[in-house]
Amino acid sequence: MDIAKIRSEFPLFKTNPNLVYLDSAATALTQQGVIDAMHEYYAEYGANIHRGLYNISAKATEKYEEARDIIAEFINAQREEVIFTSGTTAALNMLATSLDIQKGDNIVLTRSEHHANLVPWQQLGVELRFIELEKSEIRNQGLGTLDVESARELIDQNTKIVSFASVSNVLGTRAPIKEIISSAKEVNAITIIDHAQGVVHASTDVNELDCAFLVFSGHKLYGPTGIGILYGKKDRLEAMQPSTFGGDMIEEVTYEKSTWAVLPNKFEAGTPNIAGAIGLAAGIKFVESIGWDEIVKHEADLSDYLHQELSKIDGLQIYGKTSFTVNDIHPHDMAEILNSVGVAVRAGHHCAMPLMKHLGIHGTTRASLGIYNSKEGIDQLVLGINGAKALFGLKKAEDIVKDSGLHQQYMDQA
Amino acid sequence: MYREYILDLYRNPLNKKELVDYDCRYRALNPTCGDEIDMMVKLDGKNICDIGHLGHGCAISQAAVSLLTEDVKGKTIDDIKLIDDTDMFEMLNIHISHTRFKCALLGLNALRTALAK
Repeated sequence: MDIAKIRSEFPLFKTNPNLVYLDSAATALTQQGVIDAMHEYYAEYGANIHRGLYNISAKATEKYEEARDIIAEFINAQREEVIFTSGTTAALNMLATSLDIQKGDNIVLTRSEHHANLVPWQQLGVELRFIELEKSEIRNQGLGTLDVESARELIDQNTKIVSFASVSNVLGTRAPIKEIISSAKEVNAITIIDHAQGVVHASTDVNELDCAFLVFSGHKLYGPTGIGILYGKKDRLEAMQPSTFGGDMIEEVTYEKSTWAVLPNKFEAGTPNIAGAIGLAAGIKFVESIGWDEIVKHEADLSDYLHQELSKIDGLQIYGKTSFTVNDIHPHDMAEILNSVGVAVRAGHHCAMPLMKHLGIHGTTRASLGIYNSKEGIDQLVLGINGAKALFGLKKAEDIVKDSGLHQQYMDQA
Repeated sequence: MYREYILDLYRNPLNKKELVDYDCRYRALNPTCGDEIDMMVKLDGKNICDIGHLGHGCAISQAAVSLLTEDVKGKTIDDIKLIDDTDMFEMLNIHISHTRFKCALLGLNALRTALAK
C-alpha cells in the first residue's frame, strides 16, 4: 500500500505534515473526496430534497438517494433498509425508544460497551445483563475478547434484545459476532450490532451477519460527522414505530391524526443532513477504491507491529489491542506528552466508565489505527512513551530520550 | 508544563489524607477523564483548621489540589470565596491549555462545593 499517496488524499496532513494521528477510533480524518462532494452540494445544488420541483432540488434528491444506494450496496442491504440518522448514538437511542420492550424482558449487552450502547437501555427500567470478557486474555496476550460461554448462559427465553459492539472502542478487540447472534436467534431475541468501530476495518454483509439491526457513523469511515446509518431488516423496521415525528415521515396528516410514510422515509423526519449523506457515500467510495484486501492487510500488519513494540516497553500494560497504561503515569499526562512530540492519542475512560471500573483502572491511553498510519508513526509513539517514562522519573528511557532530543523538547515547552 | 515541582507534587501530593472528623465533604468528578477528588474540610468557627483530599487524577489535578489545600489552611470561608480560576492557574504557575482547565480546577471546584454545603 502506498501510504504517501493515501496521506496525500487527506488535506489535514498538508497543514500538519508531521502529525502522527492515532485517534481514528474517535474520528477518522476526512478524505479529500468527501470534502469535495460536500462542498459541491453546498456550492452547486444546495437545495432541500424531495418535492422541490426545480432542477437543483431534483439533483439534491437524486444525490441523497444515490448515497443511500451506495451505502446499501456497501453493507449488502436493500435501499429501504438504510435509514439516515445523525450517528451511531442517535440510531441506538432510536432503537431503545422504539422497540417494544415489556416488563419482565431482559436486555443482554457486554462488559465493554460504549456508553451509547448502555445508557439508552438503562432508561427502560428492565434487567440488563452483561456478557463477560475472557479476563485471562485481556492482560496477558492483549487479545481480550468476549466470552462466548457467558453469552450462552446469559441469553434466555426472556431476552428481548442482544446488543453489542462488533469491535470494542476501548480494547480494539472483535466480538464473536456469529456465536452471539446464533445464541440470540435461538430465543428469537432482536440482535443489534454497534458497528461504529467495525465498519471501517473490514467488509460488512448484513445478510451474512444476519442481525436485525446494525448501526454506524460516517465520521469513522473517513466521512463527515453528524451522519450515521441505522440498518434494519425490512420486517423489523416495518413493525417498529417511529420516535421522531414531523415533515417527510408522514403519508397523510389531518388535524387529529397522521399515518406514516413507507420505508425509509418513516424514520427520517425533518430535513436530513443532506451533505452528510453525500459525504458518507464519498467516504465509502474512497474505501472501495483502495479495496478491503489492501486495507485489512495493512491494518493487520500495523496492529501486529503496534502490539510487538508496546510489548517491549517495561511497565507498560496492554489492554486488548489498542489501550495501555504505563506504570503510574496518568493517561492524561501521557497523552499531553505524546502531543508534545506530535502524536495524537486519546486518554481517559473512552466513554466506557463501567469497563474501566471492571478492569480496576481509572483510564487508559488509546492508540487507534487508520489507513494513513505507518510503522514510523508507531515508532514515534514508542519514543514518546519512553520520553514520558523518563520525564516521570521512571528511568531507563533517559538515554533514548537524550539521543532523540526529546527531553530538550519538553524542557523548551516547560 | 511538566516542571519538576509539578511532578514532585504528583508523586508526593500534599494533604492527601482522609479526615475522620470533618465538617464538610464533597466528591467532585471530571466526567471527561473519570478523575475524582474527594475533599474534606474541618472548620474552627469560620476558619479552615484542617483539610484533606482523596481520589485520583493526573499530574495537573494532583499538583493543583496540593497547592490549593496548602494555600487555604487557616483561611476563612470568605477568603476562599475570593479564590477564582485565575488564582488557581497562578498558583500552578505553568501554562494550562484549554483541554486541561478542568484538571487544574477540579480541586477548587470540590472545595467550593464542599463549603457551600
